[in-house]
Amino acid sequence: MNNDVFRKNKDAAFYFLLGAIGLVALAGLGAAFYMEHYGHVVTGMTNQIVWGLPHVFALFLIVAASGVLNMASIGSVFGKPVYKARAALSGLLAIAMLAGGLMVLMLDLGRSDRLIIAMTYLNLKSVFALNVFLYTIFFSVVVLYLWTMMDRKMHGYSRYVGFAAFIWRLLLTTGTGAIFGFLVARQAYGSALLPPMFIIMSFSFGLAVFMIVQAVMYRWNDRVLDEEILRRLKNLLAVFVAAVLYFTAVYHMTNLYFAKQTDFERFILLDGGIYTTLFWVGQVLIGSVLPLFLLFTAKKSSTVVVASLLVILGGFFQLYVFLIGGQAFPLNLFPGMEQSSSFFDGVIHSYSPSLPEFLLGMGGIAVAALITAIVAKVLNFMPDDTPHPASH
Amino acid sequence: MSNDVDNSRRKFIAAGVAGTAGLVLAPGVTLLDMAHARPAGEAASSAKRWGLLIDSTKCATGCNDCVTACGKENGVASTGHPETDPQWIRKIELKEIKSGRSHSLPMMCQHCAEPPCVDVCPTGASFKRADGIVLVDRHICIGCRYCMMACPYKARSFVHEEHEDQNPDVPRGKGCVEACTLCVHRIDKDQQPACVEACSAGNHGAMLFGDLNDSNSEISKRIATFATTQVRPDLALNTGVRYQGI
Ligand code: SF4
Ligand code: SF4
Repeated sequence: MNNDVFRKNKDAAFYFLLGAIGLVALAGLGAAFYMEHYGHVVTGMTNQIVWGLPHVFALFLIVAASGVLNMASIGSVFGKPVYKARAALSGLLAIAMLAGGLMVLMLDLGRSDRLIIAMTYLNLKSVFALNVFLYTIFFSVVVLYLWTMMDRKMHGYSRYVGFAAFIWRLLLTTGTGAIFGFLVARQAYGSALLPPMFIIMSFSFGLAVFMIVQAVMYRWNDRVLDEEILRRLKNLLAVFVAAVLYFTAVYHMTNLYFAKQTDFERFILLDGGIYTTLFWVGQVLIGSVLPLFLLFTAKKSSTVVVASLLVILGGFFQLYVFLIGGQAFPLNLFPGMEQSSSFFDGVIHSYSPSLPEFLLGMGGIAVAALITAIVAKVLNFMPDDTPHPASH
Repeated sequence: MSNDVDNSRRKFIAAGVAGTAGLVLAPGVTLLDMAHARPAGEAASSAKRWGLLIDSTKCATGCNDCVTACGKENGVASTGHPETDPQWIRKIELKEIKSGRSHSLPMMCQHCAEPPCVDVCPTGASFKRADGIVLVDRHICIGCRYCMMACPYKARSFVHEEHEDQNPDVPRGKGCVEACTLCVHRIDKDQQPACVEACSAGNHGAMLFGDLNDSNSEISKRIATFATTQVRPDLALNTGVRYQGI
């Protein structure tokens, strides 16, 4: 009897949660419609800052999507049972986040009504078009992978499909990084370090998202995560966060000493105003140092959740500095000369993100959350850590 | 695939036209003048490469004639939102940091032979015509702005809002990217780009338009005689717009 009431309450809570997330998703769609109707003039984006806040959200979701699949890879490819138990959930999250990220990118297009054109007119030389291809295969491989995990008859193939997914996710992140590698004239993006840096960022952001979703699911099902497993996962996250910090340092060092991009580096590291603050306080302090401290000292799951949230927040700051800061610094058409024009040549470009852009980005997160919540409710994605003779 | 077919068809037509013209014309008569007036429906020919030579020593600070003419010709007007208003051509003021020497010059799409905007465009909306003019097909452009990120010259603009008073020859649309077309609609009618015309009408003579592939053209002769440069030559994009005096 009691159990029934309890279950009913839980169900009500679930639908309430779905409703709340659904509202955010709707707000995102509304924002996209508003932008489409009035044109991008209602956003903060300009002819100087061409890609704005929606792209920060989309980039985060896509990068994290490929990273979260890391769980599954460690499980299947390297045969670790703790990770294997989490492979299905990680696959689901990967699909959900990729869908959310792509939706944001799509809805930000000047002509999102031309989806059919975007899918059928492919310039095969373009990295963008290559990415469309990478994403499509990624979706299919991960769905197939989930199937091999959920259907007993298919178990035997799981390892192979898992391996394919592992390779593909590396390609996917490399492809995302390569989008920027083609921007030859922009000082922020001319580094060969970008693809590996994106891969390590994806590990970190993906695992942080996973930790939070996992904590919510355990809480919801009134279960407690095994301490040893928590310890392992939080240490792994710490390693990834430290690696991102290390890569960031190397990226700026090489820019400073080898590529001689001193003026650009000065801008980001010293006198870039908001970007300098976001870099040091946002990315380094809030997104790296603080979570590292929390992860090393954490005993409880809740501390790890806080650390993961900070890692995600820091990830947003990092991508903001990378994407917007990289565009705010003007193109140098005539090296060695001072430049000025009515088109903002030679000056730092300003950008103030607008509410519709933010709502669109949040809409992407909401869609990812909706997919995760609904599928996880219908099918069983709860990690199962009961020892399994077959998995040893 | 269909692009290849198209290209080879264009080349075939071009070869045919050149061949017939060669038969009819006496030796020594340049093809330039005749081929200028391109019959409607005929593809642009890769025998030509249209370009501009800009002499910054003849271009004065404060003179805006080319910019004004472009705006009028192409219907590019200010809406009072300087950060989002499209600019197809702009005047840049330069000052050499070491010597203090200053220059003034117009900057627009450089009609690169190796255009990064075309390479990155996911749909193929950005394309280069056989005669070297780089354009956006605004029926295929999805407004992703990747080309704007890739262009080293900040030559492209995104249409951020609805606008009126369009020139029927130059269709433009909200949500698409656009840039200098080298007044392709005029070139195809055997006219010069509006900016060049305005510059000579104002007696400045700082802009010269012509065929870079024809060694007898005025522009090719000037490039062969004087020191000219491309902007950001380090990027090796082989721009169709050249500068003199900087
Ligand atoms: S100047 Fe820019 S827009 Fe023009 S062809 Fe070159 S890359 Fe493309
Ligand atoms: S904005 Fe249009 S022209 Fe530019 S890359 Fe995207 S689809 Fe191509």
